[in-house]
Amino acid sequence: MLLYLQLFYTFFKIGLFGFGGGYAMLSLIQGEVVVQHSWLTPQEFTDIVAISQMTPGPIGINVATYVGYTATQSVWGSITATFAVILPSFILMLTISRFFLKHRNHPIVEAIFSGLRPAVVGLIASAALLLMNTENFNSPNVDLYNFIISIILFIAVFIGTYKFKTNPILLILACAIIGIIVY
Amino acid sequence: MKIYWEFFTIFFKIGMFTIGGGYAMIPLIENEIVNKRQWISKEDFIDLLAISQSAPGVLAVNISIFIGFKLKKLPGAIVTTLGSVLPSFLIILAIAIFFQNFKEYTIVEKAFKGIRPGVVALIAAPTFNMTKSANINRYNCWIPIVSALLIWLLGFSPVWVILIAAFGGFIWGKYKNSKSKNDSNNNSQTQE
Repeated sequence: MLLYLQLFYTFFKIGLFGFGGGYAMLSLIQGEVVVQHSWLTPQEFTDIVAISQMTPGPIGINVATYVGYTATQSVWGSITATFAVILPSFILMLTISRFFLKHRNHPIVEAIFSGLRPAVVGLIASAALLLMNTENFNSPNVDLYNFIISIILFIAVFIGTYKFKTNPILLILACAIIGIIVY
Repeated sequence: MKIYWEFFTIFFKIGMFTIGGGYAMIPLIENEIVNKRQWISKEDFIDLLAISQSAPGVLAVNISIFIGFKLKKLPGAIVTTLGSVLPSFLIILAIAIFFQNFKEYTIVEKAFKGIRPGVVALIAAPTFNMTKSANINRYNCWIPIVSALLIWLLGFSPVWVILIAAFGGFIWGKYKNSKSKNDSNNNSQTQE
């Protein structure tokens, strides 16, 4: 029982202080899960990050589900940790959404969002720029073939989604099939 | 009841293809919720992204909560969150229980080698799509550029950028307000 409480408390904390989403949460998760509680070895932690990249879903959820199971050897551990990591978002987002939807036409709220909206576009751009790394594209010095294929896929998907508004799910599936064929 | 089932299946589908973090969810939601079903306008979509970014926690979950709440209050938020989380929960649970050596499956690795650059393109495209609905013009186009550079090159946390942008918008609103008041005062004085 104590273990479940610890899991809940730890992942609640991660959900509450994990600002910036995804990879920004990683160091916080590592500190809690690997250093503090030793629920995972450093090697296992690297593995789960790799698995997260190979499976759908946000990394925060992935790690909670995985650690919950390995720490307790039970599905209930997974449910506890996943629920705990979502709960702070749930409470905060409901409060903020309610406030925003009620006061959205207030001049102060409108002024704040006139500054936020252009910045959000910048945030998304930065996410794309940060992902343009050798992990996602391979390095031209190490493996030129892989690099060129990555660039071609990038350009093809960009045109597909931007110009032709192709369904993103279809584009992802196409990339997966091409990946299996060419690599 | 039918509408909740629809929410659940749409977000389950979105959750299943959200690969590489919350930002990858943006094009999927734009396609399903904004373009296809028009449950949320393009302008509201930008606002919801701003809000989801400024709250802590998993971005994809925050986005789901906001959309669910906007459409059908608390029950809507619960259903959309469950839908978007369930696929990754089930997949990771299966991996934890059955195949700890999952990452050695070469076919999965090959598929994801192809998917990763594609996902980056899916995240890059909305940057250009959104400029219109985010009201970006030649006077404020420096805001997204500076924001992106601060995070990308200088390693700023997005949270700071959001706080500064919100505060800047607030100050600008005050300034504009007092200016227009002064102007109208001046006008009334000259009329006298």
